[in-house]
Amino acid sequence: MIPELGHMSLILALSIAIIMGLVPLYGSFRSNANFIALAKPAALGQFTFVAISFGCLVYAFLSDDFSVRYVTSTSNSALPNLFKVSGVWGGHEGSLLLWALVLSCWTLAVALFSRSIPVVMLARVLSVLGLVSVGILLFILLTSNPFDRIPMQRDGRDLNPLLQDFGLAIHPPMLYIGYVGFAVTYAFSVAALIGGKLDAAWARWARPWTNIAWAFLTIGIALGSWWAYYELGWGGWWFWDPVENASFMPWILGTALIHSLVVTEKRGMFKAWTVLLAVGTFSLSLLGTFLVRSGVITSVHSFASDPTRGIFILMLLLIVIGSALILFSIRAPKLASNAKFELLSKETGLLANNVILVVMTLAVLLGTLFPLITDALAIGKISVGPPYFNMVMVPLAVVLAAVMGVGLLLRWKSDKQQRLIKLLWLPLALSIVAAIVLPLIFAPHYTGHTFMGLLISGWIISTAILWIVKQKRSLFAISGASWGALFGHIGLAVAFIGITFVSLYNMEKDISLAPGKSYVLSGYEFKFQGVTNVEGPNYVAHQGLIEVYQNGQKITELKAQKRTYRVQKMPMTEAGINAGFFRDLFVALGEPLDEKGTWSLRVQYKPFLRWIWLGAILMALGAIMATLDKRYRRLNNIKGVS
Amino acid sequence: MKARNKRIVFVILGLIAVGAAGGLITSALQKYTTYYYTPTKVVNKEAPVDSLFKLGGMVRKGSLLREEGKLEVEFVLTDYKNDVKVRYNGILPDLFKEKQAAVTKGHLGTDGIFVAEEVLAKHDESYMPPEVAESLKKEAKDVKNETGSAADSTTTSNPSTSSTGAAKE
Repeated sequence: MIPELGHMSLILALSIAIIMGLVPLYGSFRSNANFIALAKPAALGQFTFVAISFGCLVYAFLSDDFSVRYVTSTSNSALPNLFKVSGVWGGHEGSLLLWALVLSCWTLAVALFSRSIPVVMLARVLSVLGLVSVGILLFILLTSNPFDRIPMQRDGRDLNPLLQDFGLAIHPPMLYIGYVGFAVTYAFSVAALIGGKLDAAWARWARPWTNIAWAFLTIGIALGSWWAYYELGWGGWWFWDPVENASFMPWILGTALIHSLVVTEKRGMFKAWTVLLAVGTFSLSLLGTFLVRSGVITSVHSFASDPTRGIFILMLLLIVIGSALILFSIRAPKLASNAKFELLSKETGLLANNVILVVMTLAVLLGTLFPLITDALAIGKISVGPPYFNMVMVPLAVVLAAVMGVGLLLRWKSDKQQRLIKLLWLPLALSIVAAIVLPLIFAPHYTGHTFMGLLISGWIISTAILWIVKQKRSLFAISGASWGALFGHIGLAVAFIGITFVSLYNMEKDISLAPGKSYVLSGYEFKFQGVTNVEGPNYVAHQGLIEVYQNGQKITELKAQKRTYRVQKMPMTEAGINAGFFRDLFVALGEPLDEKGTWSLRVQYKPFLRWIWLGAILMALGAIMATLDKRYRRLNNIKGVS
Repeated sequence: MKARNKRIVFVILGLIAVGAAGGLITSALQKYTTYYYTPTKVVNKEAPVDSLFKLGGMVRKGSLLREEGKLEVEFVLTDYKNDVKVRYNGILPDLFKEKQAAVTKGHLGTDGIFVAEEVLAKHDESYMPPEVAESLKKEAKDVKNETGSAADSTTTSNPSTSSTGAAKE
């Protein structure tokens, strides 16, 4: 009964989405107030029914309804309740329903928190979101219905053990909130194109939404990286894997979008460019869904995928891009701006930022799709690995960092070379000193890359602080937008420091150890104390105990497990990790090598690893602070009163 | 005139930037793409000696060898037509098993043994890397086309290596 209710709600939600997609839009052309006014209740209605549908699926999981095919394939009666809930988005059908739910949440939020936006504009924005929703809901109902019934099964096939983890319970929702949030920016830009009025106003309305979406995407990606680090058992934090790239591309382009929106709002320039970025970012989010869900790519992360569904997403992608571009080409003549700027100005700085970020996106896109292209052209089966991405992205990141430091301090319209030199010599000198001195303290040996990594990080941090200090305001008078920029820039620098250290000084070794024997890695002695058997709620495990000594002092005990889950009979490595601000120690259990209790172990020393994720958190905080800027609230209040 | 000069400077800078980036990307792509080969291709000497490539196939039953207490391991990758011996010094992924598909990355030695630097993991039991699935399909077809019942005779002579046997596992 309940699954049918969920199915019915989803069909109702689709009907409402169709109405929301067409009627207010039509009303906005005919100036029909009744039709326009339909947008808000429709957004509420759509949200309600998608939420009911989602609730029904959660209920089916919690009540172990194994007459539902999707529940049977991704859950099991012995699964802990937390993972029954996260199992809802552990497979294809449910994760799409989550996508739809997130989209309906964003739509409702736009409907509720946009009092300052003219009703006609708002009606169009909601209509565009409604049309996107129609696409996704049709996709779910036609190709991936999570409520399909099968004859009652005794028990479910269980959730993939890799997904039975807290990190992965929250990673997809965060990522989707980010991905789907860019649909809002897309809707704003398309609505502005429909209206033909692409002034600074639409940028001001779209900015807070874009920032929040970007913040969630940042956190989502960081969570994914953190999860891969401790759960996959390899100790890597980024693999340049197609699925990771799928989330990284909208992030890079979204970063460009955030910055170009600044120019559009403040100076009324880059209008066409910003619209294209908005369309591009959302398209990359959809492309990400396509890449992950269609099975066209070989990936360590792609779980159960199906090519026929890929074609549907591809069609949706084409419609989303195509319709926006057609509109764009019609409105293009209106997008020219008259404002002028000198070669040396903030506009140029932000232009450079955008060019670099777009090139980065294209480089990742090419590296991700290249194997598909060569395969389709029958050139051969190839793969593009981390060395390609590192070779391209590292130099680009260095140039980006250089521009970041100057760009923040540049003045709008035009600036003077002398003024900049006077300003910038101090941060440059400081970062050079830091890049020389800090490795002597923290790094075991010195390399050119260490110097470069610390130089650009120091440059970003010192220029950002200088920029705040130069505003000469008390701490409480600094605007949210300024705090946002400060945290965003420093966050990236902190992540750069982490990446520099962990890439250059990471130590990793696969070893075989008999009980009582030890191995020394980077000054840490890993002493193997043998393996015992332990039991979890739905698995049994071998647990290896490893004591770690430094200078003869015991500093920690690590427990690394090799689990076998009862239902799927799948072995799983659960690493033992000692996390620290300056270094992580990591042990993973391999396999037994003889009768005497010798096991293979992977031991790792990872300096400054946490800084990467700390950087991501700082960046996300920055985006949220910028959203809380007073000027958005003031705007709302004035319009709300009048 | 001044505005025009400015535009020219912008265009030139833009062209330089795009050119540099394009050059960087193409050279990286040329340098760092890894090709995928099947055991048959390796045996036919189509794969390069001493350069990095990927080798995929099924792990032959009974081929996994390891000396007591040592990390080094040897196994045979097969496409049911040809075999290649692989040597690896490290921890095998959780789901590495005989009669299962595996992809390895490494160099082919002059002695015909593939020295793997990396053995790639997969995420669930039923998953087979698309390259392996496709090449197996292709090799099976080739075998049938060439000798008609040759595939069947392999099956009877060594049932453990048949693809149905692997599927049942």
